[in-house]
Amino acid sequence: MSALTFTLKKDLVQKLDVSTLTPDLLADKSLTEISATLLWYGKQQIAASEAFAITGSDTNNIVFDKSTTKIDYIGSGLSTGSITVNGDAGAFLAFQMQQGNITVNGNVADFAATEMAGGLLLINKNVGDYLGAALVGNKKGMKGGIVIVKGNAGERVGDQMRRGMILIEGNAGNYCASRILAGTIGVLGDVGDFLGYGMRRGTILLTQTPKLHATIQDCGTHTLPFLSLMFKSFSGLPSKFAHINQNRVQRFAGDIGNDGKGEIWVLK
Amino acid sequence: MMINGVQIDDTFAEAFNMRGTRVIITAQNHKWAYNAANAMTGFATSVIGCSVEAGIERELSPEETPDGRPGLAVLMFAMGSAVLMKQLENRMGQTILTCPTAAAFSGIEGNERINLGKNLRFFGDGFQISKQFGGKRYWRVPVMDGEFITEETTGMVRAVGGGNFLVLATSQSQALAACEAAIEAMRKIPNVIMPFPGGVVRSGSKVGSKYKTMFASTNDAFCPTLKGLTKTQLSDDIESVMEIVIDGLTEAGIRKATYVGIEAACKLGAENGIKRISAGNYGGKLGQFQFHLRDIMSDKSLSGESA
Repeated sequence: MSALTFTLKKDLVQKLDVSTLTPDLLADKSLTEISATLLWYGKQQIAASEAFAITGSDTNNIVFDKSTTKIDYIGSGLSTGSITVNGDAGAFLAFQMQQGNITVNGNVADFAATEMAGGLLLINKNVGDYLGAALVGNKKGMKGGIVIVKGNAGERVGDQMRRGMILIEGNAGNYCASRILAGTIGVLGDVGDFLGYGMRRGTILLTQTPKLHATIQDCGTHTLPFLSLMFKSFSGLPSKFAHINQNRVQRFAGDIGNDGKGEIWVLK
Repeated sequence: MMINGVQIDDTFAEAFNMRGTRVIITAQNHKWAYNAANAMTGFATSVIGCSVEAGIERELSPEETPDGRPGLAVLMFAMGSAVLMKQLENRMGQTILTCPTAAAFSGIEGNERINLGKNLRFFGDGFQISKQFGGKRYWRVPVMDGEFITEETTGMVRAVGGGNFLVLATSQSQALAACEAAIEAMRKIPNVIMPFPGGVVRSGSKVGSKYKTMFASTNDAFCPTLKGLTKTQLSDDIESVMEIVIDGLTEAGIRKATYVGIEAACKLGAENGIKRISAGNYGGKLGQFQFHLRDIMSDKSLSGESA
């Protein structure tokens, strides 16, 4: 059974919402039914077959080919199966994802992994702002699962994140881990200004000492056995993080402007 | 039945349903893992006076532990889940939390989970940090040597306690030598512990006493100095009796341990003063399990070191 493949054929002028094209919602549907699935395109609805050439039949394994950043809500609420995106992905990729796998072989726009709760999201290029954040007005961002970014991430990574892990192999922008409630964010490259701004709990793992604002406090350099435990949990991941093997870190705590139970680790 | 000149009595060990758990203790090296685990499993010989029976199951290499440090597997048994939970938390708090470099992790799966570090985290006074990996929650509690790391819970399973056999010999030193040989062999068997000092107990008991405050008292039928006074179980040549008690996570583990223990004791044979192997029971009316010595010693599938 070959993967159910949606190859973009329409020149998208408006944003296209594909939140209805997930393994959960398409299970047991015929190709005709899938073709007739209605998608929001701007403020009107169009049939899936109007936007995509649809082939294959394995609804548990969905592929978006020639995807662009106009395609929003890929893998929304995903609770089973896998989705592969060849090309770029639009906003709200993996929105409230529960389980399963999403792999993007391209760049991703803002608000990826918003309120994600589980599963694995692998982004092979760069991602925009507010990765793993909350919907505007909501108080908790990502609640579980693992996000791996091979490239760079924009601003406000993990804003109000509550649990789970975001691992960025490249750089992260300003306000990384702002208002984070808990969870783990790793960045192998640089981070911008105001790292951990207003962070309450949570852990940020870095390889280089960042520029820190006044309410983040130096707690000294330590050898922590806990790091071995954590790195062991990384070992199966398709990421450079799987190869980290050192347990000496400089520990900063903060943001003491907001309870100060968060920590920033810089590998030494 | 005779093995190497040693008579195997036609009797059985009577064992009971218990609740058991396994905890993995790690530390900077095995020396400190032993310091922690010996303290944790200290004063845990019999549920009669210690509430739990506990012991070190085996050493773990760094590759076998969650945090990649040298470790030990500890087994702990109790008659009920509530007392097991209470003892585990108390012992964790006083012996693992306190021991330099020591950490504790769950060593057994199971739908029933009991607290390992769940409440110890409050020692952190608000500075404790929780992390979840692979569905498991760990706590990091800041302490003076760095951080105390513990998993939140461990598994609890139905287990078997009170497997045993008696070694009857012509002298005290010979009985002890046979028991030492038995314990050395039995410690290689997974899923079991021998909770008494060095694995051996000399004060086997019978139910009841002439004193109304005592519900158990010395097993006079097996006391060599009382041969002429009581309805003795000992022949003239027996001068010393020692017992090995076995608690196991599984019935099969106890059978296996009984086999290799008796096999090792009998290897010394009659020429070294080992005369008889017997077992302790209550007539079969109290325990849920019976380990018949002759049945076990005839089961050759139990020989060798595999479980």
